[in-house]
Amino acid sequence: MGPEADHYPHPHLLGIEGLTPGEITLILDRAQHYAEKNRTADKTSNILAGSTVVNLFYENSTRTLTSFELAAKRLGADVINMTVGTSSVKKGETLIDTAMTLNAMNPDALVVRHADSGAVKLLSEKVNCAVLNAGDGRHEHPTQALLDALTIRRHKGRLHRLTVAICGDIAHSRVARSNILLLNTMGSRVRLIAPPTLIPSKIERMGVEIFHDMEEGLKDCDIVMMLRLQLERMEGSFIPSVREYFHFHGLDRAKLANAKPDALIMHPGPMNRGVEIDSEVADDVERSVIREQVEMGVAVRMAALEILVQNQRNLAGEHS
Amino acid sequence: MMPAIRAKASGKTAFVNVRLLDPATGLDQTGGLLMQDGVIAEIGPSVTRDNLPSDCRVIDGQGLCLAPGLVDMRVQVREPGFEHQETIETAGKSAAAGGVTTMVALPNTDPVIDDVAGVEFVARRARKVGLAKVFVYGAVSKGIEGHEITEMGLLHQAGAVAFCDGVNTIASARLLRQALSYSTFFDGMIVQHPEEPELSRGSHMNSGELATRLGLSGVSPLAEVIQIERDIRLVEMTGGRLHFSHISTGESVEVIRKAKKRGLKITCDTAPFYFALNENAVSDYRTFAKLSPPLRSEDDRQAIVMGLADGTIDTIASDHNPQDQDSKRLPFAQAAAGGVGLETLLPITLELYHNGHLSLLEAIDKITHAPAKLMKLENHGTLKPGSAADIVMFDPNRPAKIDPYKFQSKSKNSPFDGRLIQGVVLRTLIDGREVFTHPSCIEGS
Repeated sequence: MGPEADHYPHPHLLGIEGLTPGEITLILDRAQHYAEKNRTADKTSNILAGSTVVNLFYENSTRTLTSFELAAKRLGADVINMTVGTSSVKKGETLIDTAMTLNAMNPDALVVRHADSGAVKLLSEKVNCAVLNAGDGRHEHPTQALLDALTIRRHKGRLHRLTVAICGDIAHSRVARSNILLLNTMGSRVRLIAPPTLIPSKIERMGVEIFHDMEEGLKDCDIVMMLRLQLERMEGSFIPSVREYFHFHGLDRAKLANAKPDALIMHPGPMNRGVEIDSEVADDVERSVIREQVEMGVAVRMAALEILVQNQRNLAGEHS
Repeated sequence: MMPAIRAKASGKTAFVNVRLLDPATGLDQTGGLLMQDGVIAEIGPSVTRDNLPSDCRVIDGQGLCLAPGLVDMRVQVREPGFEHQETIETAGKSAAAGGVTTMVALPNTDPVIDDVAGVEFVARRARKVGLAKVFVYGAVSKGIEGHEITEMGLLHQAGAVAFCDGVNTIASARLLRQALSYSTFFDGMIVQHPEEPELSRGSHMNSGELATRLGLSGVSPLAEVIQIERDIRLVEMTGGRLHFSHISTGESVEVIRKAKKRGLKITCDTAPFYFALNENAVSDYRTFAKLSPPLRSEDDRQAIVMGLADGTIDTIASDHNPQDQDSKRLPFAQAAAGGVGLETLLPITLELYHNGHLSLLEAIDKITHAPAKLMKLENHGTLKPGSAADIVMFDPNRPAKIDPYKFQSKSKNSPFDGRLIQGVVLRTLIDGREVFTHPSCIEGS
């Protein structure tokens, strides 16, 4: 489906917004190549040899950081990890100052995670290298949506005409936004299931259906994508208690029975077992693809890094 | 009233062949204006080049508009305490360039203007600078902390023209009730920033589809009207005089319209941001368009225009809130709210005239006579003989493009950056002294 793209025309990967079906497919196809290669004994290549990738993380995330680090190393790049706690630095100034300092060291790619929406875009305006958004506030997390898409495509063979339920803390989730954008772009239907306090205002205008009842919302879904309840981002009373949340909105066998029998269970991790998902469901080897999502994460990030750094090199070549 | 011992122009100067606009008297006709020793001596069609005293300097206005100097009732001069963003001097230069001759400064400085010494400090500095006339609001609560009322009577006596807690909402119903009640004995006016603080806590823009797409926490427009509705009850209870600043939503206009019909002492203003821009200006995380209250939907913007047209909204204030680059070049959530406003007040207000919502005289009224009357600044915002010769001459039709880097303000954070406008200030006079002259007028006048 969708027009074929043989070129990714953007200097950065800041979000799914603005990507065409062809561009998404281009990244996924390349990621598929790496997914296969990563299952062989020879996982490495030297395609990015001589290049430098900096992982600049203003928020702790062992999983995403490790995934990007592994991806860059498997492509032969030199990798530097910088984890910067927001509390330990003077806000804002450091973002731009750090960007300018790093820029002076001529990296080829900056992978950035930040607690504030739009921070990665701001940073991308100050540097000359490719910038990959590894999650900004509650805005976007494009590589997560791409790795979810790759996982889905491997199991369902397509990304169109699927019904995907995204359940849980939509309000605080960048993963949900990126997935809504990607799945809509590729021609699938998205349902959001959450208590009203966790549904952001006017999100239905992004082309999604809203449900508050799990049984109703999961009916005949192809994919059940659970989200982590981000208690650390919640100020005020979004839910009465974790116990009540699990009762109404946690995924267990009984609720899952409403989805299609072959529905995939997904979760971006890390999971709060017994809060948004029951262990029995999370570990169901027949249905749960949560571990495969982690595996596809490395492949997608390899594809994204390769495409963006090659673009930069081509640009540099044109300018030299 | 604050003493205004300042240098006045000596001698006589006259403008001839100008379109005279004085909303205080309803005057809108061609004629001339004679100033003598810093005071308006004569105005009208009879003032022509032929019948002026021989020792009079004559400026031929070539049909351009002559109006009272603008009265801006909501300005942050940032001095004392934030001089890296603005000072009374740079705010004065900015005001002069914008045609503003009188401004009322918010008390949220450091230290807060919550005592007589603070009021006197600003008055002293303003006199020394000698540019725009600066009046101040006294704080309603000590330290603008919202707990204890200030010595409002003494502040009033020292020259505070009204009271507000700066950019803070007076959240405590008890405190506002006391302030409204207490201020009735000297007919003081309390100014409220209408935003229910609990509902708006941690929010950075208007709630809705755009906020959701950008992943920013939004504040519902309801936060504004809820505060207004509560406060109206307190006005009813106390008989006090309450003014709502920079209202931004259609529902606020509606509620205030009804309250006014009931005869309550309620007034309000809005800022050019809220009738000229909508929330789309913050797309791309444009922090220069991060304001408080936030820019609203297009429906709200249109309702604000209607509120201005039907008189529900009494005045337009610039809501001048200068921020340095370090406060704005940040991720959206971390960036400070506010925009520079003094130099765009007139041209953006003129859009209401150009778009046919207000007559030219009505538009000028919102930024001259109406605020002066509200703040009881007699002889300000008018061209009546005997008034101080605070005057602006402007060309309502001249096209221009807003370039904040040409602003006189120390800060450059304008959400109107790059906007095409129609209307340029050519000359600003305070007490008959020319404090701003547009480069195109320097020769040949």
